[in-house]
Amino acid sequence: MTEGTASSATPELAPSEATIASAHQTAGPYWHLVDFPEWADTTRHFADALPDGAERITVSGTLRDGNGDLVTDAMVEIWHADPAGRYPDQNGDPTAFQGYGRCATDKGGRFRFVTLKPGPVPVGPHSQGNAMQAPHIALAVFARGLLQHLSTRLYFEGEALNAADPVLKAVPEARRGTLLAKPARPGEWTLDLRLQGEGETVWMAV
Amino acid sequence: MSEVVHGYRRPNEAHQPPLNSPAYGSTRARHPQQPLLELPHTLTETSSPIFTPARYPEVADLTVLENGAGHAMGERIIVAGRLTDEDGRPVRHAMVEVWQANAAGRYNHEGDQHDAPLDPNFRGMGRVFTDEDGWYRYLTIRPGAYPWRNHHNAWRPNHIHYSLFGQGFAQRMITQMYFPGDPLLPLDPIFNTVSDEAARNRLVSRFDLDITRPEHALGYRFDIVLRGREATPMEENHHD
Repeated sequence: MTEGTASSATPELAPSEATIASAHQTAGPYWHLVDFPEWADTTRHFADALPDGAERITVSGTLRDGNGDLVTDAMVEIWHADPAGRYPDQNGDPTAFQGYGRCATDKGGRFRFVTLKPGPVPVGPHSQGNAMQAPHIALAVFARGLLQHLSTRLYFEGEALNAADPVLKAVPEARRGTLLAKPARPGEWTLDLRLQGEGETVWMAV
Repeated sequence: MSEVVHGYRRPNEAHQPPLNSPAYGSTRARHPQQPLLELPHTLTETSSPIFTPARYPEVADLTVLENGAGHAMGERIIVAGRLTDEDGRPVRHAMVEVWQANAAGRYNHEGDQHDAPLDPNFRGMGRVFTDEDGWYRYLTIRPGAYPWRNHHNAWRPNHIHYSLFGQGFAQRMITQMYFPGDPLLPLDPIFNTVSDEAARNRLVSRFDLDITRPEHALGYRFDIVLRGREATPMEENHHD
């Protein structure tokens, strides 16, 4: 760092200002200055030596607004567990697989990730048995016009655990399809997202 | 069997912007109309990617290009601050990404058609990591104001975009840092979407003489608070 690391000369935070989370603001239309297209491939560090039991998949779809128009300036992020259903330990190996990706929607309103299919995920750190969640991917959408990012989850159609998943079960059946990705071909999962209006995605307060 | 997940505190609505904000025209066709589904926090929300400078190299000086040739035009500033959670605990080793317009109010982006000069020596983006006490710091150029088409004679106040990760994906956030005394702030529909005045003003950096470096650059202090953990853990609900 040109300016050196943080200065100890700077005063401590006043306690009154340290207690309430800062407000979100929109990412705006020019967030692509922090777009790194390689981040859309979470397997980029692994070449052909994938973790045991891993299945490389693609996850893609389009994003539309309330008028049905394609959203071509959005940033989509994914976050999900590894094929064994594990998340990285913050004190663990930083080179282990991580299911984090970022992708810009293109001129066709389309996002596309290359990643590994996640395994079933425990609800909490010590969950057992039926406290497993169906395999899923957290999705976050940032864009001009979104003052806070929108969050949802992608599930995989046909997974046996879907029927018992606590989040899916909380979604009215008529809208559950907005969360279920379908295989266009084996290993190529697609899910279209709708910000508003007909077929609106079930967005979640996280 | 019952066990607990330490979820994150739910936001106070007056402290966060609403998704539907008519004064900011772009929200019109982009805000959900259905109520959001309240998601219980599970390991998916309480875990987070690990970012390291080895894989995500730091860019702590936006005023020079990688090859060091040439310096960006404009008023050089140092921005420093502390990333904490709602309990006042430092968020350590967090990745902080920033991006902004140049001194003339122009983004190096194909979508920005504002008739102001690009600066070939300005990087426009930075990436730094917080230290053990949550401090971050970078050197940049004070961004210029620029027009946008939200309404007649609309200008964005000077601002720097921030993207932040905490220790749980539920803490993920993007925000903007503003500058003290900017006459455009009271007129800006985006800044004013935050209805609580104190919460709004926490997005305004402060001039700081301790951060200022003599004969070099003015310093601005901008602290950011991420969500804290629930005081009472949530019961996991898995009786079926």
